[in-house]
Amino acid sequence: MADLVPLNEGIAALVRDGDTVALEGFTHLIPHAAGHELIRQGRRDLTLIRMTPDIVYDQLIGMGCARRLVFSWGGNPGVGSLHRFRDAVEHGWPAPLELEEHTHAGMAAAYAAGAANLPFGTLRGYAGSDLVERTSVATIECPFTGERLTAVRAIRPDVGIVHAQRADAQGNVQLWGISGVQKETVLASARSLVTVEELVPELTPLPGAVVVPGWAITAVSVVPGGAHPSYAHGYYDRDNAFYVRWDAIGRDRDRFRSWMRRHVLETADVHEYHARLREAVPA
Amino acid sequence: MSHTAAEMMAVAAARRLRNGTVCFVGIGLPSKAANLARRTHAPEAVLLYESGTIGAKPEHLPLSIGDGELAERADAVVSVPEIFGYWLQGGRVDVGFLGAAQIDRFGNLNSTVIGPYDTPRVRLPGAGGAPEIAACCRETIVMLHQTPRAFVSRLDFMTTVGFGDGPGSREALGFSGAGVTAVVTDLGVLEPDPESCELTLTELHPGASEDDAREATGWDLRVADGLRVGDPPTADELDVLRALRTIDDAASAE
Repeated sequence: MADLVPLNEGIAALVRDGDTVALEGFTHLIPHAAGHELIRQGRRDLTLIRMTPDIVYDQLIGMGCARRLVFSWGGNPGVGSLHRFRDAVEHGWPAPLELEEHTHAGMAAAYAAGAANLPFGTLRGYAGSDLVERTSVATIECPFTGERLTAVRAIRPDVGIVHAQRADAQGNVQLWGISGVQKETVLASARSLVTVEELVPELTPLPGAVVVPGWAITAVSVVPGGAHPSYAHGYYDRDNAFYVRWDAIGRDRDRFRSWMRRHVLETADVHEYHARLREAVPA
Repeated sequence: MSHTAAEMMAVAAARRLRNGTVCFVGIGLPSKAANLARRTHAPEAVLLYESGTIGAKPEHLPLSIGDGELAERADAVVSVPEIFGYWLQGGRVDVGFLGAAQIDRFGNLNSTVIGPYDTPRVRLPGAGGAPEIAACCRETIVMLHQTPRAFVSRLDFMTTVGFGDGPGSREALGFSGAGVTAVVTDLGVLEPDPESCELTLTELHPGASEDDAREATGWDLRVADGLRVGDPPTADELDVLRALRTIDDAASAE
């Protein structure tokens, strides 16, 4: 069964400098609080994997935690650019960022292959794109039909981190709504950390819910509100206004640093983070 | 009723969706157009978002492709490997809607970088779902504002293949879909020539001229014989479209 630990202990125990780390959550259930804890603990030289490196990776990149980024779409959904990501790629600030970029279909196949303990995923994809020269794919021939297909190297993170709605005392995790690549991330990773909204005595079965047994997870941390500004279906909505506000915060290096200092570095945990947010935006 | 160029784009794209069509929808203008179609002439259009929501029926336009709004009233919610594997690559989608930063005369798209890849002037978001959407959907509709910076003779980076180098390229790459069937801009509609695959101006929006379209295009734009002028948005289309703006606009206003 998974260890139930406070988030700061979970991050300290599982993530080392230089690790390959995947924080997933496809718009929904993004483990923002875990990202903040990586920043507080000053992790460096990380290879960060994520299909959609939105605000959570903008923050990690801007705070100098990342050496390399593996991704398929890097923007602020519905709003525009990720300015810290762009500043790192365009100007090497605060440090140069190596890129390995894919397509969504390629990343999805690579996660599924990782979870299945296969060396690569297979798809009809990337063909004819300039991406082929810039990423980790190869052409293979189907042994049955001779069709040429694309192989994409499996994703096998050192640590996979996702958020979910709830867990029980054995660390069994239940999540529902948009499930993204949450399950694949946990199962493809050597070590895994799941942050949850709440601990419950019993996981009542829910139609369509994904359950990941606690014995397949390394550690579980209870972090209510830990997905903000992303959301947890059934608990709170996506803070779309925050995504819009982030554009101006992330655009300017000084404003970004001062926001991160105030909301992340000077806060001890997710409760203090939310308290600071409430101060910043009076009702 | 007067209307904006962006509204005309959404209306022109929406009109291309037939009732019952299965659409893979990106956020922004494509989502606006697909939801407009669903609320006017195509109530049975099926909307798929890359977040895994199948048959989404959002009350308000979502800001992202993964707002809870989409999952709540969907027919099914599946994982990301499933939406791309079983549904898109499985050949279940009729129409893919795409945007981009640059397009060339063969409908190839760049959403990766402006400038050299290793030292870009502008780093764009990247491929997302576009390459496989353009490869696997039965047809692709592109929505893009027409300017010389966007309609270029040579892409800085080929993210997504439309017709490649021209006739035969898609077949050689093993793509199942027909490729780009329409590029809907703020000035009109471009469609591929059936023989050369080159994008050709076939329709102008009311008020736009052939010269406007030529000046907004970075290559020598071909114009179809029998160039049409499209109908302006109807009062009903505009009412529905304006009622659709909401979540994103409300958020922007804060």
